[in-house]
Amino acid sequence: MNRILPILVVLAAILALWYAAVVPMNAGWTIAQAQRAGHELTFLDVVADTMSQDRPRLPAPHQVAAELKKTVLDTKVTSKRSLVFHGWITLQSTLWGFALGTTVGIGMAVSIVYSKTANMSLMPWAIISQTIPIVAIAPMIIVVLATLGVEGRTVPKAIISAYLCFFPVLVSMVKGLRSPGAMQIDLMKTYSANAGQTFWKLRLPASVPYLFTSLKVGIAAALVGTIVGELPTGAIQGLGARILIGDQFGNPLMIWSALIAAACLAGALVSIVAVLQSLALQRMGYAR
Amino acid sequence: MSQAAAIEAKNLDLTFETGDGAIQALRDVTLEMRKGEFVSFIGPSGCGKTTFLRVVAGLETPTGGEVRVNGMSPDEARRDRAYGYVFQEAGLYPWRTIAGNVRLPLEIMGYSRSEMADRVNRVLELVELSGFENKHPWQLSGGMQQRASIARALAFDADILLMDEPFGALDEIVRDHLNEQLLGLWEHTGKTIGFVTHSIPEAVYLSTRIVVMSPRPGRIADVIDNPLPRTRPLDIRDTPEFLEVAQRIRKGLRAGHSYGD
Repeated sequence: MNRILPILVVLAAILALWYAAVVPMNAGWTIAQAQRAGHELTFLDVVADTMSQDRPRLPAPHQVAAELKKTVLDTKVTSKRSLVFHGWITLQSTLWGFALGTTVGIGMAVSIVYSKTANMSLMPWAIISQTIPIVAIAPMIIVVLATLGVEGRTVPKAIISAYLCFFPVLVSMVKGLRSPGAMQIDLMKTYSANAGQTFWKLRLPASVPYLFTSLKVGIAAALVGTIVGELPTGAIQGLGARILIGDQFGNPLMIWSALIAAACLAGALVSIVAVLQSLALQRMGYAR
Repeated sequence: MSQAAAIEAKNLDLTFETGDGAIQALRDVTLEMRKGEFVSFIGPSGCGKTTFLRVVAGLETPTGGEVRVNGMSPDEARRDRAYGYVFQEAGLYPWRTIAGNVRLPLEIMGYSRSEMADRVNRVLELVELSGFENKHPWQLSGGMQQRASIARALAFDADILLMDEPFGALDEIVRDHLNEQLLGLWEHTGKTIGFVTHSIPEAVYLSTRIVVMSPRPGRIADVIDNPLPRTRPLDIRDTPEFLEVAQRIRKGLRAGHSYGD
C-alpha cells in the first residue's frame, strides 16, 4: 500500500492536468462550430463538447479509455484493428532486439574490460553511436537489409531496437566487470587463478547486480527502438505503425490509445525484469 | 641458505615509479623467517611492512635483492601453494555462502568434490564457524567474516600464512578474542605466520619475533626476539616482561621516525 499510494497520487495529478488541458485545446473547434451554426454556448456547454469530440486535438482520458476498451477487449486479437495484435508485433521485435542488444552489449563489455585496444577503439564509437538520432539511421538499416535480401520487418526493427538497447547494457557491464577491487584481484592471483577462472568466479558474478539494473533500462530502450523503427519505415503493423497511421488519418484517439498501450507494455516489461532481478539477486544471496 | 627457513629475504630493494618521482618502499631488507615462527611486522604507514608481505607473495616484484619462499622464488612458491594470504578486509564474495567462499581456492586449484567438502568442514571447525556454512557473509559480524577469510586461506594446507593487518578494522574486544584464537590456531597447526599490524600490544601478544620497520625509505629498524612463553593467556599483557618488549618496540618506532624526518 505504501508503495502504491504515491503512484496513484501522481497518476491522479496527471489525469487532472490532462482533463484541465482538454478544454482549452479543443475549445477552438467547439466555438467555431457554434458560431457557424449561430448557437450561443455557455461555459459548461463548451466543456461538455470538448470532452466528446470525434476528432479532438487532445482526446480526454475517458475517450482514450473507451478506445482502448474497444480495440483491446472488444476486438478479436487476430483482427488488424486489435491493439493486442499490434502490441504482439511490437513485442516480438522488442524481445529480439533486447536479446540481440544485450548479447552485443555484454560481448563488447567483456572485450573492453579485457583488451586495452578494444577499450580505446570500441568505447568512443559506442558513445558516438548514441549521439546519432535513431530516426536518421532506421530507414538506412531497412534499405541496406532489403538490399541484402532480408524479407519482412522483424529483423530490421530488431536491429534498430538493439541499437538503442545495447548501450546501457554495455556501460553497466563494463562498470560491473570492473567492480572487483584490487584486493579481490590480488586474492585470485594468490590462488594462481587463470584469466578464465577470474572471469567466471569473480568478475561475472560481481557484475550481475549491474547487469539487471541495465536490463531494466535496456528493455525499455528496446521497446522505444522498435516503435521508432516502425515509424519511418512504412510499417503497417505494430504500435508505431498505429501511431503513424493515426497521425496520417487525423485520428488522435488511435495515436493516444497506441501510446497508452506502448506505455503499459513498457511498464509490464520493466516489471518482469524487476521481478527476475529480485529473484536472481535473492538466489545469489545479495538480498537482505 | 638453511633448510629450516620458510622465508629468506636478502638485501631486498623495491622502488615504485610514481608521477611525483621514485618512492623507495623497501631498502636493503634482509630477514629470515624460520619454519613455525610467528613474525609480526610493525611500523607506521609507509614503512613497507605490507609491501614486504606482498613481495613474499609475489604480488610485487622487488627491484633489487632476492627473496626465497620455501627455497623457491615467490612465483614458484605460489604455484606450489606455499602460502595463504589474509587481507585487511575479509573480502568474502557476497554471492557465495560461507562454505562457498572457503571452497573458492579449492575450486580454482581443482580439488575433488568430496575433498573440498572435507576441507571446508575442517577449516570452518578450526576457526569455530561450524554451523555457519550456509549463511551469506552479510549475515555474519565483521569478526566472523574475518575468521571465514582465515579459513579460506587455510583451506588448501599452505604451511605459510601471510596476514596483512587482518584485524585492523575490528573493535578491541573482537580483536582480543581473535588474537587468542589465532594463537591457538598457530599452536595447533604449526604454520609459519607473517603478520602485519599497527598495534604494539597485538605484536607482542602474538609473535615469537617482532620486526620494527621505519618509513622513507622502508627498512628494518629493529628485530626483537619475544621472551614470552608460547602459551599466553590474555592477562599476560599486564606482566613486566610484556611491557618491556612493548617499550622496546615503541623506542624502535620513535628512533625510526626521528631518523626519517
